[in-house]
Amino acid sequence: MADSTLKIGGEVPKENRLGLKATDYHGGKSTLCAGCGHDAISNQIIRAFYEMNVKPERVAKFSGIGCSSKTPAYFLGRSHGFNAVHGRMPAIATGAILANKNLVGIGVSGDGDTASIGLGQFMHMVRRNLPIIYIIENNGVYGLTKGQFSATADEGSKLKTGVINDLPPMDLCALAVELGCGYVARGFAGDPKQMVNILKGAIAHNGTAVIDVISPCVTFNNHEGSTKSYPYAKEHDEILHQIGFVPAYEQIEVEYEAGTTKEVTLHDGSRIVLKKLEEDYDPSDAVNALQRLHRANTGGQMLTGLVFLQPEKKSFIDLLNMVDEPLNTLPLERTRPPKEALDAIMQQLM
Amino acid sequence: MSESQTATAVLEREPVDGASVVNDCTIHVATVNGSGSQSSNNVLMRSIFQMGVPVSGKNMFPSNIAGLPTWFTIRANKDGWIARKKEVDIMVCMNAQTAREDVEALPAGSLCIYDAPLNCKSVRNDVQYFEVPFSKLAMEIADDARMRKLLTNMIYVGVVAELLGIERDEIINAITKQFKGKKKAIDPNVAAIDKGIEFAKNNLPKQSKWRITRMNKTAGKIIIDGNAAAAIGAIFGGVTVVTWYPITPSSSLCESIIEYARQHRIEKDGRANFAIVQAEDELAAIGMVLGAGWAGARSMTSTAGPGISLMAEFIGLGYFAELPGVIWDIQRVGPSTGLPTRTAQGDVNQLVYLSHGDTQHIVLIPSSVGECFDFAIEALDLAEEFQTPVFVMSDLDLGMNNWMSDPFTYPDKPIRRGKVLTAEQLNELGGKWGRYDDVDNDGIPWRTLPGTEHPDAAYFTRGSGHDAFARYSERPQDYKATVDRLAKKYETSKHFVPKPVVDVKPDAKIGFIAYGTTDFALEEARHQLRTERGIETSYFRLRAVPFTDDLKHFIATHDRVYVVEQNRDGQMGDIIKLEVGEDQRKIRKILHYTGLPCDARTITSAVVKMEESINYPEPLLLVRAEPPAPGRVPLVGAAAQDVVRVTED
Repeated sequence: MADSTLKIGGEVPKENRLGLKATDYHGGKSTLCAGCGHDAISNQIIRAFYEMNVKPERVAKFSGIGCSSKTPAYFLGRSHGFNAVHGRMPAIATGAILANKNLVGIGVSGDGDTASIGLGQFMHMVRRNLPIIYIIENNGVYGLTKGQFSATADEGSKLKTGVINDLPPMDLCALAVELGCGYVARGFAGDPKQMVNILKGAIAHNGTAVIDVISPCVTFNNHEGSTKSYPYAKEHDEILHQIGFVPAYEQIEVEYEAGTTKEVTLHDGSRIVLKKLEEDYDPSDAVNALQRLHRANTGGQMLTGLVFLQPEKKSFIDLLNMVDEPLNTLPLERTRPPKEALDAIMQQLM
Repeated sequence: MSESQTATAVLEREPVDGASVVNDCTIHVATVNGSGSQSSNNVLMRSIFQMGVPVSGKNMFPSNIAGLPTWFTIRANKDGWIARKKEVDIMVCMNAQTAREDVEALPAGSLCIYDAPLNCKSVRNDVQYFEVPFSKLAMEIADDARMRKLLTNMIYVGVVAELLGIERDEIINAITKQFKGKKKAIDPNVAAIDKGIEFAKNNLPKQSKWRITRMNKTAGKIIIDGNAAAAIGAIFGGVTVVTWYPITPSSSLCESIIEYARQHRIEKDGRANFAIVQAEDELAAIGMVLGAGWAGARSMTSTAGPGISLMAEFIGLGYFAELPGVIWDIQRVGPSTGLPTRTAQGDVNQLVYLSHGDTQHIVLIPSSVGECFDFAIEALDLAEEFQTPVFVMSDLDLGMNNWMSDPFTYPDKPIRRGKVLTAEQLNELGGKWGRYDDVDNDGIPWRTLPGTEHPDAAYFTRGSGHDAFARYSERPQDYKATVDRLAKKYETSKHFVPKPVVDVKPDAKIGFIAYGTTDFALEEARHQLRTERGIETSYFRLRAVPFTDDLKHFIATHDRVYVVEQNRDGQMGDIIKLEVGEDQRKIRKILHYTGLPCDARTITSAVVKMEESINYPEPLLLVRAEPPAPGRVPLVGAAAQDVVRVTED
């Protein structure tokens, strides 16, 4: 497995710029199986929010149903969390962010929650470009109901019981690109450094950030014959590029040999630095992204990295042209028109 | 009740010796859907309204864009009885598909204006005919074929006006209003009116049986449909998030919110202090409402029965996780292609008990456009106060038809936002609080909103698996405590929901219970029973579930109580029976469910029939009205059982 990360900047301080410690970003104790990929992701979420200096009180955590959807209880304990119904977290998140557009939304879903029961809501959330970090903890099986295949299981993958999956998988990254998502990435729970940089970029992005993370299920899908196991993923991880992240407040100039790196500035002024590996990859080209994903899928590779980046697209909140203050705390003087307005309406109806 | 009183039914509106019936008639217009008759019918209705005569207008339309038959009924009544009336006095036949049936259904002696090629006069000879060559007349005033089609409808308005004595000036005023003062649209329509008046004057026989004359019963009143009234209420109730999915007959509610919000809720800098989202389906619409409610917005949606079904799972979560949100149900008939454009009160059970587990919901039931306005505000308040989904149960008849009303009163009280802890309050509490802790002993806990700047503000929201401090729990004690407290909260809400409107007559042995649009027909039926039969009745108009305690008292103090509703099974009647225990034997049901609004005569006849049966060995306990020949369905009442609620040790 090649190195997926570009190290920029110095060591992480013991306190972040808000004066908070990493422990202020911790959540409850995980009840998932030991070694679950999801816990590795939770740890990187904690790290990313800590290092990005996001006040935990500003964050709202959302999830649907499944093992993945339990995880918001295990990170950011000082943030409000909402465990919605199966496959319908996007609607809850949309409503909450409409009510308070200053919230930093993070949704954690699974492959069953997103690719099957929640496919419709997922697609419409992406289409609207709701500002939210949407993580799919993708292990190809339904863990909480004990190991049935999901819609992202690869063709030919084998369950512990010996059952072979004979339907093609859905590629949620390709779907997100197709729907115009401005930030599409795939990570691997076994590659935390790449993960944390993808997450930081997502925090800096204004719009839906879809992060599909291959997160092996150690109990139901980590055996020989599974295409979503740790050993299989490590062996087939095809890294698109090395990812570096420069937060908005850092002045660091990144110098690399000409033609080897590409910088993309995100909504908040942060920068993503991508260093090419074997091939040139342009993450701003949707057709290219779809082609590359398709090539990886047919070749049995697990493509990871920033698949597609288009940070300038307007978010759903921008399109709604709302007042600066969050709607949830607007005073009555602003939300109730004056008596003259009602009188005028009544006059028209007489 | 004396013999003579019961024996003779007074036919209230048969003219005596050729005298005219003044300001009391029903005009029924049959047209083809999509022919543009809506404007003409509105003008006709409005001109009668502007002459000071109480009026209502009902559109009986098909689920179709163009081509299928549609009818519009205008009822003018000097005494203010504006419920649907089955009997038609003046028929306007413009639709070849239905002309024969339309004429056959008329009572003898009624008037029939018809388009000449339909040759209605050949159908029967006990109706007075007025043949009008509409196409020929339209040719004289317009070259364009499309325009001619539209103006044809306005010509019949002129004809009806001339025959009934509706003042031309008021028609012109109504046209000006209808076309919002646009001269280009007004002029040809006025020409069409004049064409109709002129033709009728010179070519049609006179009639003096029905007259419209000026009176003063509509001064200062407005005409509006219930959906628009609800929209205005929501706008003045401070709604901030509206999410919806189009479905007949509710779409016009959220569309009206969009319209009024654009006019009245855009701030000086051109930005909106609201968010309105057309969702991908009803599941998403309710999810957004509840997400917004959770985060502290005043949120709502509107839908119809099929949408309510889709919302069921989320509503359950809303109930158990205690999330505010308002859902308007504009009831219609049936699923799929099941008469989506016809009215019913068939969603009662669905709304009161929607979702899995032990759920029970607050349901507000407006009976008028004025209450649509008031309850739109009240529902938003109750949802936030009780931190729960609140339904408002309207129907197609109220939501989409035109109703007269006093102007709505500007709300003078501030809105109620419920128990929300701020960062300052959390400081005072030293950060110690429990999301589901019943500190006030009313079943209503306190909540915090996401984004509250306090390290102890956050909690984790999930279904029913939590303790009083929102910690995950599957402990039996915790679950039972949660659902028992929810029951207590519901009990508390009894004292806050809109109170019933009760009219008890001192000597009345009979009581009525009804709700929603049945009210219009019911008040008229009470009048008929009083004037035609000498039967005095009391009336308890439900305006909300849960019921208030005076419901039991009302039933206890009457011998027989008729629950009148517009569904097949008497859904509300059954819920009432559960509530009143032994007194349920007093309950009888009168049920009207044809897709059309209930009328007074149906109720009156049913009551007379059932009252006459009380001395027989098997009294009539249920009448399913229209089609006729109701069967005798004896009701077997199950004995009420004591409820035993076990307690965990």
